[in-house]
Amino acid sequence: MTTSRRKFIKISALGLGAVAASTTAINMFGSNSYIDELVKQNVSKKFKRTATYCEVCFWKCAAWTYTNEDGEIKKIIGNDDDSHSYGRLCPRGTGGVGMYTDEDRLKTPLIRTTVNGEQTFRKASWDEALDLIASKFKGIKETHGAESIALIKHGAPGSHLEHLLKAFGSDTIAEPAYAQCRGPRETGFNLTFGSWVGSPEPTDIRDTKCLVLIGSHIGENMHNSQVQEMSDAIDSGATIITVDPRLSTAASKSKFWLAIKPATDIALMLSWMNVLIEEGIYDKEYINKYATGFDELKKHVSQFTPEWAYGITTIKPDVIRETARAMAHAAPAVIIHPGRHVVWYGDDSQRARAMAILNALLGSWGRRGGFYFKEAAKVPNFPAPAYPEPKWGWKEIGEKYPLAQMGITNEVMKCMLPDKDNKYPVKALMVAGTNITKAMPNKKLLEDAMDALDFMVVIDTMPMDVTGYADVVLPECTYLERYDDIRSATNREPSIAIRVPAVEPKYDSKPAWWMAKQIGERLGLGAYFNYDDFKEVIEWQLKEMGTSLEEMEKIGVKNYPRKSGPMYINEDETYHFPTDNGKIHLYSQELKDLGFDPLPNYTKHPEPPQGFYRLNYGRAPMHTFSRTANNPNLNDLKKENDLWVNPKVARIIGLKSGQEVWLKNQDDIISTFSIKVRVTERVRWDSVYMVHGFGHQNKELSRANGKGINDTELITKVFTDPIMGGTGMRGNFVAILTENPYKNTEI
Amino acid sequence: MRYAMIIDTLKCVGCSDCVVACQTENDVPIGYCRDWITETVNGSYPNLELELKSERCNHCDNAPCVRCCPTGASYVGVGGIVLVTANECIGCGACIESCPYDARYQHPDGYVDKCTFCHHRLEKGQLPACVSVCPTKCMYFGDLDNPNSEVSQLLKNRKHKTLAPEAGTNPHVFYLI
Repeated sequence: MTTSRRKFIKISALGLGAVAASTTAINMFGSNSYIDELVKQNVSKKFKRTATYCEVCFWKCAAWTYTNEDGEIKKIIGNDDDSHSYGRLCPRGTGGVGMYTDEDRLKTPLIRTTVNGEQTFRKASWDEALDLIASKFKGIKETHGAESIALIKHGAPGSHLEHLLKAFGSDTIAEPAYAQCRGPRETGFNLTFGSWVGSPEPTDIRDTKCLVLIGSHIGENMHNSQVQEMSDAIDSGATIITVDPRLSTAASKSKFWLAIKPATDIALMLSWMNVLIEEGIYDKEYINKYATGFDELKKHVSQFTPEWAYGITTIKPDVIRETARAMAHAAPAVIIHPGRHVVWYGDDSQRARAMAILNALLGSWGRRGGFYFKEAAKVPNFPAPAYPEPKWGWKEIGEKYPLAQMGITNEVMKCMLPDKDNKYPVKALMVAGTNITKAMPNKKLLEDAMDALDFMVVIDTMPMDVTGYADVVLPECTYLERYDDIRSATNREPSIAIRVPAVEPKYDSKPAWWMAKQIGERLGLGAYFNYDDFKEVIEWQLKEMGTSLEEMEKIGVKNYPRKSGPMYINEDETYHFPTDNGKIHLYSQELKDLGFDPLPNYTKHPEPPQGFYRLNYGRAPMHTFSRTANNPNLNDLKKENDLWVNPKVARIIGLKSGQEVWLKNQDDIISTFSIKVRVTERVRWDSVYMVHGFGHQNKELSRANGKGINDTELITKVFTDPIMGGTGMRGNFVAILTENPYKNTEI
Repeated sequence: MRYAMIIDTLKCVGCSDCVVACQTENDVPIGYCRDWITETVNGSYPNLELELKSERCNHCDNAPCVRCCPTGASYVGVGGIVLVTANECIGCGACIESCPYDARYQHPDGYVDKCTFCHHRLEKGQLPACVSVCPTKCMYFGDLDNPNSEVSQLLKNRKHKTLAPEAGTNPHVFYLI
C-alpha cells in the first residue's frame, strides 16, 4: 500500500522564472517574497465549481468539480450539504479527475472489421455506428423478437440503456451487482424481515455500540458513509467484532478479531444463536412481539454449542461466548452487518439468513444503533409511453432460481449458447458500464457465449477488456462531462443530487442518454425520448419536486424531510414488518415450501488439496472493481495487486516478498500474467489473498496492461446458490508457480 | 503560532485520500507525492497488530534539512512551517539525504519539493487539503500555542508518539496511538 514515491530526475533548469521575479512581498510565510507571491497567486486562483455526483463507484457521493480559468478540471471536492456522503469523498472520488484526463480513454466509436484476415477495430463516425446498431437490432427483433437483445449493465449509463431496451420490448436485463455481489443478502434479509437491505445499507453505525463484520472489509471497501460512520463508532468506543480469516483493516481496529477458518461462518453464527438463546440473553420482548418460529429456531440451534463450532471454525468456545455476550450487552444497538460482496460458497442466502436471524434475536432491526428505516425521495418519471410487454425476460431466464429478485447475469449468458432446446435465445448483447470479463466468473462460459452472439455492443469510457469482444464500441464521456439522472439517495433523510457537465466531452465521446436517444430514434421509438437534451428531463423532474435546475446548480444537493414516519420502531406501538403476516420469519415456511432448509445449516465446503491454497480476494481503498486500474491518479497509488502469502507458506515454497510468481488453479488454468509476492502475517497459511481488478489484457490500457493477476480468470469453479442463483466464488484453489510457465511460449 | 498536525492511527484506514487530495491541490506531478501511507504489522498470526498512517514532512523545530541547505532555500516560516524557496534551490539534494522521514523529493522541474501544510489554504482559513478530505476524520490541524485548540487538547488527553524521536528533530506531526 506504500506509495512508490521517487524517480531519479536529472536536475534541469528551474522552470519558475515567470513567478520568481515578483517583489510584492506580503510577508505571510517568514518574509520570503518568493513564497509569499506563490501563496498570493494561489489564494487568488479563481475556480468555477460545478455540481456533480461521483461515478467512480456506485455510492454516488455529491461533489463539486473545480475548473480553473482555462477551463481545466483541477480537483473534485465533496459537497458539504450531502447527507449521503457527509461532504467527504474517498480517494477514488478525489481521484475522479483522472477518469477525465486519462489519455487512454475511448475516443471515437469503433467497429469490428477484418483486415488481411485479422480482426481489428476501425474508427467510425457516430452515424455509422448508431445506424449499424439500429439495423442489427431491427433484424434481431424481426427474426427472434426484441427479447433476444440483452443488456448487462452497471451504474449511470445502464439506466439510459435500460430505458431504450424496455421501450424496444426487452427486459432481458441483468447486472453483476446482483448475482456476483449482493443478491444473496437481499434474498436472505427479505425472507426474514420482508425487506431488502438495499444500498446504502441502513446500518445505524454512527450510533451503534457493537458492530459485527463477517468478511466485510469496511475501510478497504471505501463505501463512503459506512467508512465515515465506522470511524465515528471507533471514536465513541463501540465494540467492533470482525470475523475474517485475514487481518483486514477493520479487523485491526476491532476489539475482537475472530480469525476464522474460511468457509465456516454459518457454524459460528449458529453457535452465537445457541449462546444467545441458551443463556437467555436475546431480546425476549422483541422476539415475543415481532417474531414467529422461535421454538423451531431454539430446537434447531440447541445442538450447535460453542464447543461444536470450535472444531469447525477454530474459534475457541470462550471467545464465542464472550463475543455473543458483548453483542447482547450492546443490544439493540448492535449490527450484524449484512456485508456487500457475499457470493462465496453457494449457501450464501442461508448465511445471510443466519445474519438476519442474529439481528432479530438481538432486536436490532428498526432500532437505534441497529438498522434504521431508510427513505428516499421519489423522482417522477419523465412522461413517456408505457413499455410494451415482453414475452419473456430476466425472470423467465432465471426461473430455476425461485427467489431471484433480479436478472442473473450468468443465466443470461447461458442463453447465448447455441442450444435447440433453449426457450430464451439471446442473440445480441449490450454491455454498459461494466467490465463483465472481470466482474463475472467462468471465463469459458463468457467467451463461448459472446462468441455465439450475432451482435455485441459495449459502452464504456475506457478500453476495458470486455470491449475487445464487441462488434461496436461506443465511447461514453465521463460523469464530469454530462447531465445525467437525478441521484436519489436512500438514507436516514432523503436527498437528491444532480450532475452537471463541468466541461465539454473530450474527444468524440458522448453521454449514454444521447446514445440511447439516437438508437431509439433510429428504431422508431422517438416518443420515449421526447427531448433534445437530457437537461430538459432533469428540469421537468426538479420542477415536479419543488425545486429547479437553476437552484440545484447552485446547491448541488437538496435534503428532504422524512415522510414515511420515524426512523426506528416506536416502542409504544406494534410495528408491522412488511412480510405476509407482519412478523419476522425466524423459521421460513417459504423456504420450506420450496424445498430448502427453513433454518440455516452449516455445510462443509471443499478444502484446498495439498500444495494448493484457497484464493481469497477483496478490495483496495483506492480502486473500484477493475475500472480504475488505469486512472493516472489512482494507478499512482496502487499499480498492481500482490499475492499475500503467510510466512510459513513462504518458507516452505521458498518465496520472498517482491518475487514474481504465477498461479495455477484446480482446473489447471494458469494466470495470464505474474504477480509479486507479499509475505505477510495478515493472511492464513491455508489461503492466499489478492485485490480484485488487476491483470488487464487490453494493451490500450497503457498503465494497467499486464500488471498483476486477474483473480476472476482463476475462478472457474462456481458454487451456485440454489435459492437465488448467486455465483459463489470463494471455493477456488491455487498453486504457486515460481517458474515462468510461458518461458517457452512466444507471446 | 505553532502549527501541528495530528493523525489518529486508531481511525486511519490507509485509504490514501490524503495523497490524492494533496496531488490535485498542489499540482504534484503523477509519480511523486508529498504525503504517503505506511503500514506496520507486528506479531504473528493470529496475534497481530496493524498500524496504518499518513506520513509527510514533520515540520521539525530542529530541522536538519534547513540546517544543511547550502543556499538558504530551505527555511522555517511562520507557524514553524518548513518551506523551500524553489528559485533559490539548486537541487543539490542535501536536504533529501538529511531528512529522517524521507519527506522531500526532487521535483521534475529541478527543485526540491515537500509538504507545505497547504499554506495557501491556511491563508484562506482552510485546513490543509489532506485534513479536509479525510473520510475517517482521523487528521487534525491547528495551533499548539493555543492551549484550547483541538490539537493542544488532543495531545493533552490522548496517548501519542512522534516518528524517529531519536533523531532529535522535535517533529510537529503527532500520531495518536
